[in-house]
Amino acid sequence: MINKEIKDKTFKLLKEKVELLDKTKKEKEEILKLAEKRYENMLYDSGEAIGVVAAQSVSEPATQTTLKSYHRESSGLNIIQGLPRVIEILDARKSPETPTMKIYLLPEQNNKNSAKKIASNIKETKLMHLMVEDSLDLANMCIEINMDAEKMKNLDIKTDDLIKNIKKKVRNIEVKMSDDHTMIVESKKAGTTVQDLQRTRTKVRDSHAKGIPDIDFCIIEKVNDDWVLQTLGSNLRKITKIEGVDSNRVSTNNIFEVYETFGIEAARQAIINEILNTLRAQGVDTDIRHLLLIADAMTSKGEIKPIGRYGLSGAKSSVLARSNFEETVKHLVDASIIGEKDELKGIVENIIIGKTAKVGSGLVELKMKD
Amino acid sequence: MTEVYLDGTLIGETDDHKKLITELKTKRRKKILSTNMNVSFLQDKDEIHVNMGIGRVRRPLINVENGKSLLTKDLIKKIEEKELTWKDMQKKGIMEYIDAEEEENSYIALTEKELTKEHTHLELDPLLILGIATSTLPYPDKNRGDRLNYGARMAVQSVGIPIHNFLMRDDTTMNILINPQKTLISTQSMDAIHLNSHPTGQNIVVAIMPFYGYNIEDALIVNKSSLERGALKSIAYRTHTTSCRRYWGGQEDKIGLPEKGIKNYKSEDLYNKLDQSGIIQPETKVEEGDILVGKISPLRFLGIAKEIRMGIENFRDNSLHLEEIHDGFVEKIILTTNEEGNILLKITVRDTRIPEVGDKLATRHGQKGVIGLVVPEEDMPFTAEGITPDIIINSHAIPSRMTVGQILEILEGKAAALNGTHIDATAFKSSEEEPRKILADNGFQDDGKESLYNGITGEKMESKILIGICYYQRLYHIVSKKIHARAKGPVALLTKQPTAGRSKGGGLRLGGMEKDCFIAHGAPIVLQERFSSDSVKEHICTECGTIAVKDHIKNKVVCLNCKSEENIEVRLSYAFKLLLDEMKSMMIAASIKTTKD
Repeated sequence: MINKEIKDKTFKLLKEKVELLDKTKKEKEEILKLAEKRYENMLYDSGEAIGVVAAQSVSEPATQTTLKSYHRESSGLNIIQGLPRVIEILDARKSPETPTMKIYLLPEQNNKNSAKKIASNIKETKLMHLMVEDSLDLANMCIEINMDAEKMKNLDIKTDDLIKNIKKKVRNIEVKMSDDHTMIVESKKAGTTVQDLQRTRTKVRDSHAKGIPDIDFCIIEKVNDDWVLQTLGSNLRKITKIEGVDSNRVSTNNIFEVYETFGIEAARQAIINEILNTLRAQGVDTDIRHLLLIADAMTSKGEIKPIGRYGLSGAKSSVLARSNFEETVKHLVDASIIGEKDELKGIVENIIIGKTAKVGSGLVELKMKD
Repeated sequence: MTEVYLDGTLIGETDDHKKLITELKTKRRKKILSTNMNVSFLQDKDEIHVNMGIGRVRRPLINVENGKSLLTKDLIKKIEEKELTWKDMQKKGIMEYIDAEEEENSYIALTEKELTKEHTHLELDPLLILGIATSTLPYPDKNRGDRLNYGARMAVQSVGIPIHNFLMRDDTTMNILINPQKTLISTQSMDAIHLNSHPTGQNIVVAIMPFYGYNIEDALIVNKSSLERGALKSIAYRTHTTSCRRYWGGQEDKIGLPEKGIKNYKSEDLYNKLDQSGIIQPETKVEEGDILVGKISPLRFLGIAKEIRMGIENFRDNSLHLEEIHDGFVEKIILTTNEEGNILLKITVRDTRIPEVGDKLATRHGQKGVIGLVVPEEDMPFTAEGITPDIIINSHAIPSRMTVGQILEILEGKAAALNGTHIDATAFKSSEEEPRKILADNGFQDDGKESLYNGITGEKMESKILIGICYYQRLYHIVSKKIHARAKGPVALLTKQPTAGRSKGGGLRLGGMEKDCFIAHGAPIVLQERFSSDSVKEHICTECGTIAVKDHIKNKVVCLNCKSEENIEVRLSYAFKLLLDEMKSMMIAASIKTTKD
């Protein structure tokens, strides 16, 4: 079906481009004519089952790539690829199994040394990475932590900040330094048992020291003159605020994070990019328009809906179509309680009752005049 | 401190793990400690595991000391002269068994040449990287790995001669190749497992060339005369069993000719092949539905008293009859008793199977194919000497699969046939120089190629064709037992939809995925027609929307729900009607609203 507005806009742009070509007037006209013919050929016909075609175009090649999943060369990060990743996107999981970010740097910081520095600012350092040993002092009922002074100096971490962070993470404790590199953690509560102390110890170990929370790993890669940081873990809001990071080119594979930070339109684009990149990496050449349709369907309600029982298939208007997919009894019972009506307009409903479905050639009917 | 575990339980600690392990190992070799013991050191956990328990997979390896194999040439000579046995080698500490855990700490050389001082063990033979089935394949080192896997898996499906006393046995199924042959190209491990006394195929003359398109996509062209001479002909035996049971109340099954009119009595001509005792005679031809043994059983449920008194009505026919695909000739009949002392009958039916179009053949290189055409010998291509190939395979089967081993087998098979010898094709040991020399000495091209002449036109072919001898196996997938099609036929009682499966004359299911394809093509009318196998006409009450019932006595259609006689006839799928009924059983009353066009 032709959308006049889009067509006019497209051809206006095309005309401008064609005018720049080194061709005669007749040739230019011919190019435009040919383009228009191609454009009309590529449009879908009324009644075409574009949803089924989109689903088949993505899922058929996806079945052939299963063996290639969980594999990635060169970089040390093991990021999920292939079919599991596509399923993850379509299921609209709240966070991916391996969240990752690609961070580009500002032009003036685009060199190896500053990349290294920024990487150390991004990667999260916890207290347990900074200590040599920790032990329970049962006589005084406190935790003794032996800090690695050299590491602290290298990472430029001050003890005062560290103590502040520990206090933020664990409540009702007193933290002091007994000497240069021994930290003593005591509980403020009376009657502390060994179990309590043990619990505090694991919490203290886990407390934040430097970097950005959730970023476990950060490696530096050189991609066509650009120094790129690739992380394991994602935190879009905080990373864009770090000095030296080109916030226009930061990307993450966590679609929900994109949605929460930039909104639904950005999330739609993120879905398209993620599926397309995963499929392209496996050597699958699916037309982008199928993915556009899928992304549109997933985001059309203003939030990201999965394709499946709790998403699009569960939101169908027809009882028969819903119960045909999954959880048959639940849908039938719920529909009977509220007295739902099925208009029998969809494809599945018509197949169930044995009538011609309203798609393709089934759209047209012949009627005789009396 | 290294912790020491014996069969998983902590027994102590040591400071010097190296010393402890060497001591344990030397004591094991000197037989002071059990040879069943294996020691391993887990570096990351800093633990020593000493294992004696059962269930560990272990394998033999030759011990190496200071970069020298303990199995010296003198000892090998002794083994050849049978002075030294396998057990002696273990006793003398020349060889030991290693489990998977200890293998992690060992440095094993594959051949004696690559031994260094760091090595701890030497492999008995590099061939041992392959399994038993795979090592029987020729030239495994010259084929791609996956082809070996396919080849080994297909050898399992081959029709050969698995046992020699098959005539005395009564296996349920037994497939026997009539003229099995030893392989011309064999391996050492074939001798070890006596595969040559139980061959799986025949040595067959093969040419690699196209043949008028009849061997595309891995199809094979087979020489008709070869089949008439008995190439790849096989016999299938199938044994059918029946026994007489005793029932409650002193009743029992009886073998004999069932009298006409008895319950379950089938058509008379089916019983014609039985003799007076009710058992079929040997060498009788039997077909689908034929009765092999007449058997009369008591009724499962007794009827009314009047019927019981009439005697004959108390029995039903429970004869053993032949299923559709198992026709043939009766080979033998065994009449005996089972453990409970009841009569037991075993009837073996023999079926001779000559290869036909659609049957499956395979080489030992994972190259399988079905017969695409059976060509009379006079139309087959021939060499200058007048030899026609038995099988022609397509040249496209080779490049993408890279089965170089098959090319070599064809080439060297030819040399073996010319010389009257067997050629060894064990992994990492074969050489192709000698077979090539044999070919050259006998006046052939040393690459196995020959000029061929078109059998139909008599013209000489432009390119030279590789022709030689290759071992072919017949796989037990037989088309005549698999071919199936249906237009209309039996339907299931519950759903009114076609039954499933060849034996029930069923249809081929058009499933959910296939349905989606029809929708994607925009062809819902085709889809409706394909799904209309259970289409029925039902009356639907216009008042309440439930399905109305026809009252044949009053010749009226009445709705049982609202007693209304107003209704409309609608065509719908029976499955939908069934769904409505099932929903009613779970207290959901769906109503259909109808409008008139």
